[in-house]
Amino acid sequence: MTIIKTLFASMILTLGLATANAGTLDVVKERGNLICGSNTGLAGFGNPNDAGVWEGIDVDVCRAVAAAVFGDASKVEYVPLTSKVRFTSLQSGEVDMLSRNTTWTLQRDVELGLEFVGVNYYDGQGFMVRKDLGVSSATELDGASVCIQVGTTTEMNLADYFSANGMSYESIPVETNAEADAAYLAGRCDIYTTDASGLYASRAGYPDPSAHVVLPEIVSKEPLGPSVRGNDSEWADVVRWSLNAMIIAEEKGITSGNVDDMIANSPDPETQRLLGVKAGYGAWLGLSDDWAANIIRQVGNYSESFEKHIGVNTSINIARGLNALYKDGGILYAPPFR
Amino acid sequence: MTPNTSPYLSPNKMLNWSKKNLFSSWVNTIMTVIALIFLYEVGTFFLNWAIFKADFINNFRGETITDRTFCSKNIEVGQHGACWAIIFVRFHQFMYGFYPVEEAWRVNLVYAFLPFALIGVLFDKLPLRRVFLYFTFAFPFIAYFMLYGGPGLSVVATNKWGGLLVTLFLGVTGIAMAFPLSILLALGRRSNMPIVKSICVVFIEFIRGVPLITLLFTANVMLPLFLPEGVKPDNLLRALVAVTLFQSAYMAEAIRGGLQAIPKGQIEAAQSLGLNYWQTTRKIILPQALKIAIPPIVNTCIGLFKDTSLVLIIGLFDLLGIGRAALSDITWTKLYYEVYVFVSLIFFIFCFGMSRYSLYLEKKLKTDNS
Repeated sequence: MTIIKTLFASMILTLGLATANAGTLDVVKERGNLICGSNTGLAGFGNPNDAGVWEGIDVDVCRAVAAAVFGDASKVEYVPLTSKVRFTSLQSGEVDMLSRNTTWTLQRDVELGLEFVGVNYYDGQGFMVRKDLGVSSATELDGASVCIQVGTTTEMNLADYFSANGMSYESIPVETNAEADAAYLAGRCDIYTTDASGLYASRAGYPDPSAHVVLPEIVSKEPLGPSVRGNDSEWADVVRWSLNAMIIAEEKGITSGNVDDMIANSPDPETQRLLGVKAGYGAWLGLSDDWAANIIRQVGNYSESFEKHIGVNTSINIARGLNALYKDGGILYAPPFR
Repeated sequence: MTPNTSPYLSPNKMLNWSKKNLFSSWVNTIMTVIALIFLYEVGTFFLNWAIFKADFINNFRGETITDRTFCSKNIEVGQHGACWAIIFVRFHQFMYGFYPVEEAWRVNLVYAFLPFALIGVLFDKLPLRRVFLYFTFAFPFIAYFMLYGGPGLSVVATNKWGGLLVTLFLGVTGIAMAFPLSILLALGRRSNMPIVKSICVVFIEFIRGVPLITLLFTANVMLPLFLPEGVKPDNLLRALVAVTLFQSAYMAEAIRGGLQAIPKGQIEAAQSLGLNYWQTTRKIILPQALKIAIPPIVNTCIGLFKDTSLVLIIGLFDLLGIGRAALSDITWTKLYYEVYVFVSLIFFIFCFGMSRYSLYLEKKLKTDNS
């Protein structure tokens, strides 16, 4: 018994040692690049392009942090992580931060010992139907057949939503996104349901995207955001404010195109603080004063990143919706920079 | 066997053969005709899709295809076949992953010399075989230096490796390292020494008792938690260790099957000649046992080669992973058939090659008259 106890104790100790990871910022600075956990491939959010360069709005958060720390957005090493290994990889210190469409939940934030530093995309489960069905609201879907990925939270959300509205449905279980697409396109089901961003991405690949419509009802909250290990608030602040800087930049109308002009001419005090015209704010984070200016110059503000990767002019074609700034009717809101 | 039978196929002989095998009765005739029609339909459909109606680099208007919307089949729906441009545009990723483009020659060099490293091991009648064998032993070090870098070459970290490079690296290295290990395990399991025997039994049964995916998970996720901070073995290396252990356990069982088929009289005869254990094993037992075990060994090798695609779940982009990443890119999404056909073709080439080689080896080593 004693042997087992000793073994167990040493296991706990090693675990503790491995996760006692204070000073990620110093580690990153010393290493000279940021190791960012990314998706293994999700269109518009994070995947390698034809030249092997990672792109997407999740990837842009990694690039923003690298720009803030090093002044060079390209100093990122991406570690593609599946949803199964993402948290353990972060906990074990394999990656410095996680930015791969991960929903912020109580359990992940508290029990897994992570720290979610913000939300870079407000997602939620939606429904897609063929336009010729003539359906305009999810409440008209009584008796429909639904393609749904087995074993996901979407399955439970679906059951909840339909029973709450006194409707019935026939579920057509599928394993993967690809299978769901095929089943839906072949007409095996009337509705395809998953996270709305996933529906948009799927639709973009259909032979005739305009023949399908994503219904306005969103039946679950899926706030997606970057996360770091929970025991390093200094590093969490760096990542949090890198994301906030992008949002504030949009609020203030600072873009990658006009950032230098803003530095020279903007009379707005908050803009001056953000762009390092008024010195001293970067030092609080352990960064140089031009950290936010570097983010905006190299990555752009939130709107630029959004429109470039998933906005209405891309084939993914997502409207800002919830992800618009609070003053434009969305819920995107960054604390003041002061 | 009549003496005037020509060993070559004559039209007459083919006719006889088909009369005997294909059209012997009306049932067989109908079956043959149906099969031929089926083959013709499927064959022409596939060839049309894959070659005659397919886009390679340009679409039917002569434009270079840079994304999915340029594919002929997306311009004139239903009129055209495969859109192979995705393979051409992403060829670098399929072959080398994220290996820097200007350093890709290093990988090419390793690919080019890999056959020379294998040939000495695979064919014993080769002229200058000894020279080739020296090269075989030197090759892992040369390959490592070329791929990873070192003095004179810039370092390319393994997280930049991907595609066929990772598949071959894990497959070839895994098999090569597992082979000696598995012989030791198989011998150990048959040993009379209780400790050696029980270690081998526990190892083999434990590894065979868990799926490869679990081993990969353990190597990737659990290991760093138990190691002191700062000690982070390379991700690819961890996968390689997991793959090697897994393969060695399975191969050991295949070899044990061969060992058990050797009659006890052989060992006794060897011992009566004064050979010690290692001499008996090396000169009498193993050559026969391995010969018997060739088919199951090759089976496990083929299995392993295909299993390497599981490393995607621990964040390594093998050939299949790169294909999936390409499909997730909005510029190429939904070209499933092209990507999967291409990836399976490459897997097929290697696995079929292994299978043919094992047939050749069986024929060559067939000494008895059974």
